[in-house]
Amino acid sequence: MTDHNDDHWLTRPATIRKLWWGFSVVLALTVLAQLVIYVKGYFTVDGWFGFGAIYGFLCCLLMVLFARGLGYFVKRPNDYYAESENDA
Amino acid sequence: MPELMSPALIMVVAALAIGPARGHLRTAVVLLAPLLTLWAVWQVPDGVQGTLHFLSYEIEPVEGSPLRRLFATIFALMAFVGGLFAFRLARWHELAAAYLYAAGAIGVSFAGDLISLFIYWELMALFSTVVVWCGGTAAARAAGIRYAILHLIGGVVLKVGIEGVVVSTGSIQITPMLAHDFNSWMILCGILINAAAPPLSAWLADAYPESSFTGSVFLSAFTTKTAVLALILLFPGEPLLIWVGLFMIMYGIIYALLENDIRRILAYSVVNQVGFMVCAVGIGTQLALNGAAAHAFAHIIYKALLFMSAGVVIYRTGRNRCTELGGLFRTMPVTAICGIIGALAISSFPLTSGFTTKSMISQAAANQQMVWVYMLLTAASAGVFLHAGIKFPWFVFFQKDSGLRPKDAPWNMAAAMIIFAALCLLLGIFPEWLYRFLPYPVDYVAYTPGKVVFYLQLLLFSGLAFFLLLPLMKRTETISLDVDWLWRRGLPMAAGRLARYFDAAAALWANAGAAWKKRLHSFTARYLGQPHTADSEERAVFARSWPIGTTALWIAILLSAYVLFYYI
Repeated sequence: MTDHNDDHWLTRPATIRKLWWGFSVVLALTVLAQLVIYVKGYFTVDGWFGFGAIYGFLCCLLMVLFARGLGYFVKRPNDYYAESENDA
Repeated sequence: MPELMSPALIMVVAALAIGPARGHLRTAVVLLAPLLTLWAVWQVPDGVQGTLHFLSYEIEPVEGSPLRRLFATIFALMAFVGGLFAFRLARWHELAAAYLYAAGAIGVSFAGDLISLFIYWELMALFSTVVVWCGGTAAARAAGIRYAILHLIGGVVLKVGIEGVVVSTGSIQITPMLAHDFNSWMILCGILINAAAPPLSAWLADAYPESSFTGSVFLSAFTTKTAVLALILLFPGEPLLIWVGLFMIMYGIIYALLENDIRRILAYSVVNQVGFMVCAVGIGTQLALNGAAAHAFAHIIYKALLFMSAGVVIYRTGRNRCTELGGLFRTMPVTAICGIIGALAISSFPLTSGFTTKSMISQAAANQQMVWVYMLLTAASAGVFLHAGIKFPWFVFFQKDSGLRPKDAPWNMAAAMIIFAALCLLLGIFPEWLYRFLPYPVDYVAYTPGKVVFYLQLLLFSGLAFFLLLPLMKRTETISLDVDWLWRRGLPMAAGRLARYFDAAAALWANAGAAWKKRLHSFTARYLGQPHTADSEERAVFARSWPIGTTALWIAILLSAYVLFYYI
């Protein structure tokens, strides 16, 4: 069953390059769409041009960095609680 | 009397019948009982359906309302699809326990008074523990015991609050209250323990991933959502809940980002999603409560769907860690597509049920001019896409090629996933189907062009952030410490240290005792010692024989001393 010769079309570098291009175009379009579609802001800032995009990106960046920082304190090896040893 | 029969009793009877039934009969019981319950749920009219006298209380086992029917509906539907998913592989006692657990949830939905609510609440605690134990491993047994202890403590806290309310008000009615005195605080704490609120949220990510891959599908649905229902009934508009909910939202995201076990990622995201509902209950407006109820409904569907797709992966590969999985989309297309639909729904992507329900909560915050709450909820929506929406399908089905080529889901599991995936999309495309059944009239429009553009920007740029930050999110073979460290490591360590101190103290005591004994021995030897010899002079001073005259002299001295002292 195991077939390490990976030739699925979805994993070819050419496809992945195309996917990145397609994804970038979609990203640009969602921002540009705000030129024609009015986005109602409830607190002024959230109505700014491209606010959703920047806010989404920055929040994710912050969360990932925070998680990474917290990881230094709370991450432990899988067998930290060593319950597998109690397996009778 | 039939009006006093809660629809939950159908599930109880079915659970009792699962064991004795065999073969096709058991399948029929498993699949038909939830459908019969669903029918019964919709036969319950509004209002209290009669009372029973118990001691001096008026018990109201069945009370109908749109909100209660909505929750009971999704619980019954969940039992049906969960049963369909599980019936060929789960052992009979797991199914029976899961059905009793579902019965508890449906019973809570219709409980008209605090005493019935408490009884069904404990039914859930007991049988969800059995479902955890059905994981069958030593880790599952230990996690089940921790789970049971915490939920029984939660039950006691809830009971203390209920007793207090009964004593102080004389009523066992379920009426909205605020946390303003000891009793209402106790009730709130008891409910929040089941909602996986801080600081005791660790039980969820501890226990659920240790259950069997069929058990976790049931576990994801009932306990936390009955807690949300109880909060809607008892504490609508309690401001504290806003911040509790926001904390849960952020906690779920951060811990899910750190996690490697695929079901534990989903477990943390249960806390995250319930946080949205708890926050909505705290906002407390009609739109917010509608949002909480609708989100609970949609959440049960997509979260069960995600647990099912994770379950199929674990069933087919025997592996449950991101680091060991990847590339499964090649041979598991149905599981992958259903998992992706669930992931999109949890991220509230437009055209999925998450969008039409979760956005109500954000809207409620905006309408109340709660700028921080709104901004944090929006940030959290981005974070949900990051930790569950992309992370789960990416690491399981894409990522690298793990070399695994497992078969796709068996037919019944595929059918269960397809039903729920279809519901995710249907409720996203036709939200009015769900809005009709919400507790308050809905004048909320989910799809406005501006809102769709805003959410697409938010979510797609979160996606961009995910792929750009992938190097920072490399999975590691680790677990993350949580508050449960206190009782899994901290207390045993403290107890061990205390035991060492006691040992040292005991050793000191023993040494001191030995020294005293020696001293006492030499004292007695010196004054009372009686060597076996005839010579009285060799004996110790009190063991000798003394002449009678000496004794008479001493008595004379003592008597004169007595007389002297008497006169002084």
